[in-house]
Amino acid sequence: MTALSTQPRRDGRLRSWSGRSVAGLILVLFVLFFVIPIIWLLFAVTKSSRALIVSNPFSIGSWTDFMANWNQLFGFQDGAVTLWIGNSALYTLGALAITLVVSIPAGYALALTEFRLRKALLVLTLVVMLIPSTALVLPVFLELNTVGLIGTPLSVILPMSFFPFGVYLTYIYFSTSIPRDLLAAARIDGCSEIEVFTRVALPLAAPIVALVAFFSFVQNWNNFFLPFVMLPSSDGYPIQVGLTSLLSSTPAFNPSSAGSDSVQLPTLALATIVSILPVLVVFLFSQRYLVAGMTAGGTKE
Amino acid sequence: MTLAPASDELTAGATSRRRSARPEGRPPGRVPIGYVFVSLYTLLALAFGIIPALYAVVLAFTTTDGGFAGFDNFVKVVTDFRFLPAVLHVTLYLVIWLVMLVIFVVILALIVHAVKARWAGTTLRFVYYLPGALAGASSVLLWLFVLDPTASPVSGLLHLMGLNSFVQVIQPGNLPVIFAIIAFWTGAGGWIVIMYGALNNVSTEVIEAARIDGANAAQIAMRIQLPMLRKWIAYMGVMSLAAGTQLFVEPQLLSQASNAVVPNDYSLNQLAYQYAFQQNDFNGAAAISLILLVVALLLSWVFVTRGGLFEKE
Repeated sequence: MTALSTQPRRDGRLRSWSGRSVAGLILVLFVLFFVIPIIWLLFAVTKSSRALIVSNPFSIGSWTDFMANWNQLFGFQDGAVTLWIGNSALYTLGALAITLVVSIPAGYALALTEFRLRKALLVLTLVVMLIPSTALVLPVFLELNTVGLIGTPLSVILPMSFFPFGVYLTYIYFSTSIPRDLLAAARIDGCSEIEVFTRVALPLAAPIVALVAFFSFVQNWNNFFLPFVMLPSSDGYPIQVGLTSLLSSTPAFNPSSAGSDSVQLPTLALATIVSILPVLVVFLFSQRYLVAGMTAGGTKE
Repeated sequence: MTLAPASDELTAGATSRRRSARPEGRPPGRVPIGYVFVSLYTLLALAFGIIPALYAVVLAFTTTDGGFAGFDNFVKVVTDFRFLPAVLHVTLYLVIWLVMLVIFVVILALIVHAVKARWAGTTLRFVYYLPGALAGASSVLLWLFVLDPTASPVSGLLHLMGLNSFVQVIQPGNLPVIFAIIAFWTGAGGWIVIMYGALNNVSTEVIEAARIDGANAAQIAMRIQLPMLRKWIAYMGVMSLAAGTQLFVEPQLLSQASNAVVPNDYSLNQLAYQYAFQQNDFNGAAAISLILLVVALLLSWVFVTRGGLFEKE
């Protein structure tokens, strides 16, 4: 009797032990998959282009090589990289400011006020939010081309400012976390509708403002297709598009580019890091927000 | 990096609100304040959502000199010798990517969720999520290095697979897999985090009860957790499908880095770009964009209206 009942249990334990090691192996393999390219990148920027190919991929180079790469990168076309980073900042922060001014009141109105087109606007927001942002890039280009805005900073800032996802986030936040009684009380106390928003709702909305700002910033900093299409001249490139210029000046990938202003592989690696540094910093500091934001729509209480 | 719409909640909220006695934010006899608050947003939605879409429709159905063209533009782009290959490329890439995404994201989310130690779970999620910071051109650039056997950190692996030069790596046959790996590397972490969050919503009592009834971890995963993840998997599938049809930056950069071994009309979006910028044929470009836009809209529409995907258990 006892022998019979312990037999399957030991079997089960054995199986769960081997199951656990398979699971552990999968976890480790994927950690390596996700992390190796990034670790390698950090090492690569400290090497000379010869050392990059000859030495161990995960050995550290030297400070002098790092500085040489740095100087080559920021000396490229008389400081084009600095200009591109500045452009990225201008476009991203400009769009961020407009997005906040536009989206927060809109989300508030959709959640807590009544007006006739409310439902239609809500559906429109949802639908546009779910289509990939790239789907509208060429149509917007064709439109802006007829009004002659192509090549101006506005041609990227304005389309980036249309951010239905931010409106949706704000909408969800205001409809779930702000008690309507609070707003009603403010009205009874004599607040005008504008004051209800600015004095009562807005101070309570700090978390959602931060979340919308985060998503807007990350998405726009990394945006490639829109500026690639809208901005024909190198002077206007954001850093993401600027990377293509660097790439086409790298003899390793484009042999015809060998010349005075050419870019070596470690320098290109450094450019990759520099191009994502702001996003990386924001990522590291707002992990908590991120997870909260991405699961916000799905949580059911 | 989008978020799941709780579409049934939207409609449910709207109806219950309508039933409430006094519509708020509407002082009697004046324009509802809601209009003021949404005015700027509506303006942007018109300028960069609705009008460009309508303008693309107009362009797609007119000739270069503005006359009505019927379906001529569509016939022209669809019969273009580059169109069918582009559709095939994108389809192949999508199939590989979606299969990878569904299988690995679900498995990893389940395993990470089963990890007991709190710090380990948090660290794993963060590590998987980190590549998401490198979107767009940056991640493609990084992968150019990884795929170049001379500099790659995994050159041993590449040589093992018989790939000894960059040109060998980026043979046409390998491209869909390469693009799928790049997209997976950048995007999977976000989905793992989302699935993990969804798994947290599965009540622990149900799982505990199953365990007492003698179910092992694999059975719990298959019989309880997986069915509860279904709507999230569907969401991931639809969103990724829509995003994947837009393939542009990966082949564009690879084409540039390979001296056009990878053609610059590899994907549909690239073809539309070629029409607009190489051939100055805005009508043709509009036709392709419109086809892609309609696909995206259909997917999104199915998702918004089919509340079934998000019904409450």
